[in-house]
Amino acid sequence: MPDGATPFVLDVKDLKTVFRTRGGEVHAVNDVSFTLKPGELLGVVGESGSGKSVTMMSLIRLLPMPPAEIRGGSVMFEGQDLAKVPEDTMRAIRGARIGMVFQDPMTSLNPVFTVGYQIMEPLRTHMGLNKAQAANRAVELMELVGINDARRRLDDYPHQFSGGMRQRVMIAIALACDPKVLIADEPTTALDVTIQAQILELIKDLRQKLGMAIVWITHDLGVIAGIADRVMVMYGGQVVEQAPVRELFANPQHPYTRMLLETVPRITGERSEKLRVIEGQPPMLSKAPESCPFRARCPQAFDRCASQNPARFDVGPSHDAACFWDFKTGAPRHV
Amino acid sequence: MFDIRGAKKLVEVKNLKMHFPIRSGLLRRVTGAVKAVDDVSFDIYEGETLGLVGESGCGKSTCGRAVLRLYEPTSGSIKLDGEEIAHAPFDKLRRLRPKMQMVFQDPQASLNPRMTVAGIIGEPLMEHSKMSAKERTERIYELMDAVGLNRDFANRYPHEFSGGQRQRIGIARALALNPKFIVCDEPIAALDVSIQAQVVNLLEDLQDRLGLTYLFISHDLSMVRHIADRVVVMYLGKVAEIGPRDGLYEDPLHPYTKALLSAVPEPDPVSHDNANRTILQGDVPSPANPPKGCNFSTRCPVAMDICRRLDPEVAEVKPGRFVACHLYSETTSQTAANAAQTVGA
Repeated sequence: MPDGATPFVLDVKDLKTVFRTRGGEVHAVNDVSFTLKPGELLGVVGESGSGKSVTMMSLIRLLPMPPAEIRGGSVMFEGQDLAKVPEDTMRAIRGARIGMVFQDPMTSLNPVFTVGYQIMEPLRTHMGLNKAQAANRAVELMELVGINDARRRLDDYPHQFSGGMRQRVMIAIALACDPKVLIADEPTTALDVTIQAQILELIKDLRQKLGMAIVWITHDLGVIAGIADRVMVMYGGQVVEQAPVRELFANPQHPYTRMLLETVPRITGERSEKLRVIEGQPPMLSKAPESCPFRARCPQAFDRCASQNPARFDVGPSHDAACFWDFKTGAPRHV
Repeated sequence: MFDIRGAKKLVEVKNLKMHFPIRSGLLRRVTGAVKAVDDVSFDIYEGETLGLVGESGCGKSTCGRAVLRLYEPTSGSIKLDGEEIAHAPFDKLRRLRPKMQMVFQDPQASLNPRMTVAGIIGEPLMEHSKMSAKERTERIYELMDAVGLNRDFANRYPHEFSGGQRQRIGIARALALNPKFIVCDEPIAALDVSIQAQVVNLLEDLQDRLGLTYLFISHDLSMVRHIADRVVVMYLGKVAEIGPRDGLYEDPLHPYTKALLSAVPEPDPVSHDNANRTILQGDVPSPANPPKGCNFSTRCPVAMDICRRLDPEVAEVKPGRFVACHLYSETTSQTAANAAQTVGA
């Protein structure tokens, strides 16, 4: 490895994002740290308001500022700190070196431009291709994501595509400049299950062909189980647990992850008469946390959880959990 | 599990059609129809939960709304407790309304932001009962207790509540008049995973306590497996399969049900390794222009010749298991065999 190089394509440390609103501050992201290896698919799971989308939008600086404010932390990508680079540099990276796919394919495409124009746009701005070159590349990309009859469909408008096909177009745009990292924010949530299955297959296939690293944000544990290499669970603006996918599902070490896995009904196997419930509501993030954000809903909570916010403890090989309770010994941790 | 033997039919839907006209041209002439619900029949037994599943645009919500006569059905019959409601005049319908209620998908949109919780829950009581103000307040508190809302919040407005709590307000409103039958149209789709379980458990508790009958409309097949006693699978406005929950999930008969179940990702990485998925190609066709023959034939992995010509009837192929597929009809297999012979000769 050359000097100064890291084994990570993305190295995020202590990222902190605050929204300043009329009603006071909202601490949406609190000291989030994670890494992404080349070619890896990191799943990010959490409920709405857990900070999963805001974290990813913060690192590519795609939040309206103000009200948003990145209050600290670093985002190392290709030798630069994205939290500090000027906006011009950021623009050159966004959509080129880091691609994005959003949840709703209906609203993320511009209805008054053809699909071809929208796929060609990043090719022309970032790669400097001329119109004919860009059109050829756009056809290649559309074929890559499984859109038939691509040459003819270049001139179609988004409304002429179905939801699943539009999401394929979004993926084609994100892949246009051959990004190193792809950030996918709930890309299949708005789709029907049979269409979701098609898109998941496509992503698996594209990973093999292109080998980019992917951050996949979702609230669907089923999707994560099928597609991720590693999973990061977020709650109350923090990372509460992080582990390789099999380890996380087989051996969850944070009470929130454990309960979350139990509340989801399954389609096969034993059917429980009563669903396990996580009582209560997610926390309001009006202050920087001084205690564990899951404390109020946690069956394991004890006095220390109210006075201190747990750090992320190593609980196994590449597995950490932010909890003072040690499930392996069945007792509080001595740290 | 709920046993339908000996149970009374509370809702009987027969050959229900709900077509929406397509108008075009200068004179807005009717030039076609979106067949949102096309010849659908099913029964709901007293005390059971009937799950209604399918992808977006398959007509499941339209079906639920038509059953409550929130739409004027194009044709067909709907009986609630033996009384015909599909074409009942309005005064009769109004008398029947308290028996049948609805819980909507989006608790944000289905609660009036300018009304307090007490106002929202009390509105059906004002409309349909002759309670005094005091009796009404008492009943509102009772309902708030029943759905797990704090009585102190009676004078707050919907925006002061979280999504899960708002859905509880919607449920309390639906319960106000002691209905027998409630249509739950995607009641948990807008909620977070940990809150979904709270609402589903509440619906189940209320059913046990009050003997309610539910039509539970959802695209979430795992949740339907949890809550439903029997399940109807719809595709493009028609019934593909009806069956008891366990049978349908363990041994789906219709190729669409099979594909739908195999597309659901399980929250278990190991199951994904040896999953033998059927991935359907293409999209759902437009209900304004459904394919000829079986409406699933364009995406069906086992479609036969006959499927593109003849629309299969819903038939009972095993006790309690209804399916609309040529694979299971003897007569069609014979016809197909005959056809094959003819071709051979």
